[in-house]
Amino acid sequence: MTGPASREPLVLVVEDYQDAREMYSAYLQFSGYRVAEATDGVEAIEQAQRLMPDIILMDLALPRMDGWEATRRLKSDERTRDIPIVALTGHALAGHAEGARLAGCDAFVTKPCLPDALVTEIKRMLSASSRAKRNGRHLGQPRS
Amino acid sequence: MRPLALSTHTPGTEVESKLALTEFLLSNRDVQASARRTLDWLSAHTQVEQAIVALRDQLTGQVLLVAEYGVTSIHVVDFGLRQEDTEHPLVRALLKTEPTYFESTPKAFQAPVLAPFHAIPLKGEDDDTPDGLLIVGARGPEVDPDVAWIGRVLGRQVSRLVGRSTLADSRFGQERMLLYSIINAVTDPILLTDTEGKLIIANSHAEKLFAAPEDASEGWRRAAALNNMLFSAALSTSAVAQTDLARRELLLVDPLEGSDLLFELLSSRAKDERQGTYVVSILRNVTDLARAKEEIEESYRTLRLAQAEVRDERHRLELIIDSVADPIIVTDPEGDIVLMNEPAERLFTVSQVAGDAPHRRVQANGAHLTSFVSNVLTESGQRRYRGELQLLDPASGRPSPMEGLAGQILSEQRELIWVVTILHDLTEALDKARLYEQLKKASAELERKVQEATAELAEQNELLRRQQIGLEQASALKSQFLANMSHEFRTPLNAILGYTHMLLNGVSGAVSDAQRKSLSRIDSNSRHLLALINDILDITRIEAGRMPLNVTSFDLPQLVDEVMSELEPIIKRSTLAVSSRMSSKLPALRSDRQKVKQIVLNLLSNALKFTPAGSVTITATYDSRNRMVRIAVRDTGVGIGEEDQVKVFEDFRQLDSSPARGYGGTGLGLSICRRLAQMLDGSIDLTSELGKGSTFTLSLPARVRRR
Repeated sequence: MTGPASREPLVLVVEDYQDAREMYSAYLQFSGYRVAEATDGVEAIEQAQRLMPDIILMDLALPRMDGWEATRRLKSDERTRDIPIVALTGHALAGHAEGARLAGCDAFVTKPCLPDALVTEIKRMLSASSRAKRNGRHLGQPRS
Repeated sequence: MRPLALSTHTPGTEVESKLALTEFLLSNRDVQASARRTLDWLSAHTQVEQAIVALRDQLTGQVLLVAEYGVTSIHVVDFGLRQEDTEHPLVRALLKTEPTYFESTPKAFQAPVLAPFHAIPLKGEDDDTPDGLLIVGARGPEVDPDVAWIGRVLGRQVSRLVGRSTLADSRFGQERMLLYSIINAVTDPILLTDTEGKLIIANSHAEKLFAAPEDASEGWRRAAALNNMLFSAALSTSAVAQTDLARRELLLVDPLEGSDLLFELLSSRAKDERQGTYVVSILRNVTDLARAKEEIEESYRTLRLAQAEVRDERHRLELIIDSVADPIIVTDPEGDIVLMNEPAERLFTVSQVAGDAPHRRVQANGAHLTSFVSNVLTESGQRRYRGELQLLDPASGRPSPMEGLAGQILSEQRELIWVVTILHDLTEALDKARLYEQLKKASAELERKVQEATAELAEQNELLRRQQIGLEQASALKSQFLANMSHEFRTPLNAILGYTHMLLNGVSGAVSDAQRKSLSRIDSNSRHLLALINDILDITRIEAGRMPLNVTSFDLPQLVDEVMSELEPIIKRSTLAVSSRMSSKLPALRSDRQKVKQIVLNLLSNALKFTPAGSVTITATYDSRNRMVRIAVRDTGVGIGEEDQVKVFEDFRQLDSSPARGYGGTGLGLSICRRLAQMLDGSIDLTSELGKGSTFTLSLPARVRRR
């Protein structure tokens, strides 16, 4: 983990599968981001409240508390609801994307997702987020 | 009277005959015989055909006919002339001294001789008063010399004889008249002929048959001539000569009716001292008798025929009742059997050589029958009786249960004449009843078995239903398992792809060319594995029915544009001319946009993949008749041989399946496309020629059915 003092955006990677988690972390760091990690939903909420990351990469299938539930809680928390969440799922079955959106996810990426594709998506979300901030809009609100 | 047959007299010389006549007259004292002999001479020696001699009765003044020749007897009988009747032409002729010539018969005047004739007065000397008349047929006004001579000769003879014996005294005239009257009164024809058949006297009935009047019809004449021939022939047979009384049949013709008349001819000979032998013939009309006889014979024949018919009828009746399989017995009112058919004989009769037991059984059967029949013989008035009899088969002693029906046969006087009993063997009926019972039992058994089978079937159905539920659950579990599996596959694959990618991107420092080549192989194989997993997941979802239709309205050209832009990098890399032609008539589709896009994407990427050079064209058309949209992807690629055109739609089929193939892909693409097209009520067809290219055509209904 990298210190929060840096000016680079902090990405919270929530992923229970260690290899994938570390792979995304490594590539994000390689791409110039600061990275924090969590292995389940409960940990994800704790880290988000503590670190206030710029963006959260949330795997949906998680132990203890799954990604949907964690997303709902984060989005219903005054402090964390403006943090954009990119859902990450291996299930391409219909309904997963919709379920993720209903839970409050801002974007949806299907595994397998190559590290550079993921970084591209995060870059896109962050720039949208910063535009929204400049325009005084909250990202977490549902898009009409 | 006229001659019936030609006279066979051979006249002597004229002088000799005249001498002979004169001698006869001198010696003869009978005026009638003289007159007759004179007329005979006339008929023999002159052409005269008719003549009569009539003499005046001195006492009565009547003119009586004494002899005739060639004149019908009717005229003889009718001849009557009175001396006082001076107006009568013949009386006037009598009083003259010279012959009177009658050219025609005067009116109201009956003459026995047909005109023309001469009436010659008969007298002795010139001054004498004539004693009678010779009326003789003439050929002209002139009197034939021979006739004139006869007149003189006869006149003298009459004058000589009349003076001595009067006509009245001799009375021969009256007797003659009486005789004529008698024979005319006889209804049978009577003829007096000589032995040669020459007619002397015939009564009126005979004349009708044998003489035709002058004015008779041709038919009558012919009939009379024929009758004469027949009669002469009958008489000329020797029978007449040899026996005094001959009897035979003579068939003549009725001159007036033309019909056949059958007579019995009785002929007998009569001998006369003076005039020789005559034949008297009496004809008795037996036509009616013959007819009656024929009728009797006819009725006899009819009777015989009727009897034969009755015999045949009875024979037939016997055949009929014998052919009836049921025993039939006819008994008289005493209960004795008068008739039975063959089946009845088997029950109630027994051969003499049979043993004691059959005899006893037959007797027992007879007793049963008698008591059965007595039911209709009693005074109860019952005309029919139905009941059962327990008989025995005479031969075997086997019981023969019978149903019997006894009925009375009554005469027209309502008297009982017979009882007819018909028996019907109940053995068969009882057998049938037993068989019926067995059948009923078998049927019940069958029904029970059917019910059992039905219950078993229901049970098995229930089992199957449960199994089906189990299978459905299993299928759902399988789909879930595969979905989970693919997820589990993806997680490590994600790491492999990711780390390979990172290595290739130099995250861990620079890589050598050899390392890069190996890493590229890892990358491409991992991507292939990922594509396989995704396709298997798609198929699994389709087959599990977990690929829901998401029907929306969309425009096809826009969809095709999207597909082409997604494949833009590949198109750019190739040297192919890729174009699209969208019909302007395309309607907005109502279908699952994502699935249509997936199919078109697959078809187009396949076309790009398998076309080394040339062009790829997408066309979309609409057929308003069946409301189908056709999206055709045509390429000028390698093409598919006819034998492989079916295989390309099968799972895991890629025509070149070598690992080193240059095309990539999982081999599941077309299989999935076809499944997806079917989900959308459409189809995918292929036309292709090896080396020339292929055309894949997706046909879809413009509006997918709701389900």
